[in-house]
Amino acid sequence: MSGMIVYGLVNSAMFVLMALGFSLTFGISGVANFAHGAFYVTGAYLTWQMVNSLGFAYPLAIALSIVITGLFGAIMYWVVLYRIRGLELSEVIATFGLGIGLIETYRSLGLSGHSYKLPKFVDGSIEILGVYIDFQRLIIIGVATLLIVSLWFFSHRSKMGLAFRGIAQDEYTALAFGIESDITAMVSLGIGCSLAAIAALVIVPLSLIQVDEGKHILILALAVGIVGGMESIVGIITASLVFGFAQIIVATYFNPHYTMIVMFAAILFVLIVKPSGLFGKFKELEERV
Amino acid sequence: MSRSYKENKGSKYRRERLDRGIKARSDSIFALSSYREALYLVFPRALVIVGLLILPFVLDEYWTKVLIITCVMAILALSWDFIALAGMLSLGQALFFGIGSYLSGIMNHYMGLSPVFCIPLATMVGSAICTAMIIPVLRLRGIYFAMVTFVLPLIITSIIEMTGIFGGVEGLSALSPFPNLWVTVYFIILALFACFFGFRRLMDTDYGLALKAIRDNDQAVMSSGINIYWYKAQALFIGGAAGTFVGAFMTHHYRFVGLPAFSMDYTIFPIACTVVGGSGMFSGALFGAFILTPLGEFLRAIGTWRIVFYSFLMVAFVVVVPEGIFHYLQRKYHQFERWVKTE
Repeated sequence: MSGMIVYGLVNSAMFVLMALGFSLTFGISGVANFAHGAFYVTGAYLTWQMVNSLGFAYPLAIALSIVITGLFGAIMYWVVLYRIRGLELSEVIATFGLGIGLIETYRSLGLSGHSYKLPKFVDGSIEILGVYIDFQRLIIIGVATLLIVSLWFFSHRSKMGLAFRGIAQDEYTALAFGIESDITAMVSLGIGCSLAAIAALVIVPLSLIQVDEGKHILILALAVGIVGGMESIVGIITASLVFGFAQIIVATYFNPHYTMIVMFAAILFVLIVKPSGLFGKFKELEERV
Repeated sequence: MSRSYKENKGSKYRRERLDRGIKARSDSIFALSSYREALYLVFPRALVIVGLLILPFVLDEYWTKVLIITCVMAILALSWDFIALAGMLSLGQALFFGIGSYLSGIMNHYMGLSPVFCIPLATMVGSAICTAMIIPVLRLRGIYFAMVTFVLPLIITSIIEMTGIFGGVEGLSALSPFPNLWVTVYFIILALFACFFGFRRLMDTDYGLALKAIRDNDQAVMSSGINIYWYKAQALFIGGAAGTFVGAFMTHHYRFVGLPAFSMDYTIFPIACTVVGGSGMFSGALFGAFILTPLGEFLRAIGTWRIVFYSFLMVAFVVVVPEGIFHYLQRKYHQFERWVKTE
């Protein structure tokens, strides 16, 4: 039982990490980044290449790949999305195409197999509530908490964060106050992609770098975003907790494969009952229904 | 820019483009006054029909098979375009394809029905099943709808994978084939014609107008007293039927059905075709499929880089040529050029 609680928390933290970047970008710029999963894989793959091909130190490689992935996101906005901003269909097709393109590029470059793994930050494990848990999983919880707290401070205390929220609430009014909507959107895509890379770097050491994670992560991020409400941090935490514990319960009492179905049922239920998600506030009627 | 000017005997000329005079009121109404003008309109349409009917005689066996795949992809692209015309952005064309494939395979494998019954049944029942799956989220628009359709095929794949029903990972093989290649190729070509001209005709009726209006402004349609969800469900059923049909067709063409039927290719390819050809009118989707699929055969050498190529091509077209190739060609075809003297 206590094992379920501890691992449920770890799972929830993983969901938070995966979904944070996607919903941050969507909440601010309104761009649904269907390449989110591809950027997740990019972060891990870049680090692996830097450590194994270029011989960089692990911490340096991590820092560099987080920055580079963020830059990729910003470039993607400036080169592609800037020209088609506001055309929903084109935005989705463009990011979806870029995502699939990136993922398949890595596959063609030979990204598969057991050699593609990243070392854990700290080896070893510790006993909590009578359950053995390794440090990497604790780090995941720590990083997730840290990110949530710092994002809250960023969006409520810093000038840029306030500008972000202004754009999210009403683009035209924000423009009237001199907030540059394109710059904000570009930065939000950069941060969103960096967050995807961070998620990858703390989660991937638990297993391997897999190309198909790209699609998987995207789906999980979408599911968390839909259920929690795309632009609300509270919603994301709640949805992550629901999914994290649901996953553990289903895996313990039924079959781990049923998780997907449970998630889809949750998505359908929320969409029917409250289409803007459990805690979604903005864009409620206009965008969804 | 410089090429649109020329110098002759000291005076400058520029190229002037004019619309031909037969366009009466809109892009689809024409005023004809001679056989020549009628021919001018009939020619491109006849070229497609006659060309496709003759092609199987000209091509060898390998390229005939490529033609079959091309027609399949064209119908899938038409199906995507139809659903998109009713304002629904689907990222799950593989759902229709897969459900059609599996239903036909199941009916053939477990009940021993012949393809003559399997394909129509799978088309209708499959499309009804897909529509029923999507109905709960029909109230959603834009990306929310796209997200759910994106997830559906993956869910079904994982269900089949873990429960092992319908052959599980291995799929069902040794299904009944078509009698011979001629039947196969003409069957799919005629289906393509039916689909293409049927969809076009449907979109010209009042019913089609209502669907297009839903895409443009659903609130306005609602306030005219039309139940848009009922219309959207019908559009899904009609568009989906085209998708399930090709699924069922491919099952009997390959004599196999398995998890690849739900693969991402069947989602990304129709969208790429429509984007490259030009969306919003079915000719564009058809045109795109007839460019991209044969191109894929030439690119066979680069293996998995093919899908990379398609994805980035699609992105490039969305950004650089948003109207698509077909719209551009059509505009050129309806204009003529002449040189006029500039001062």
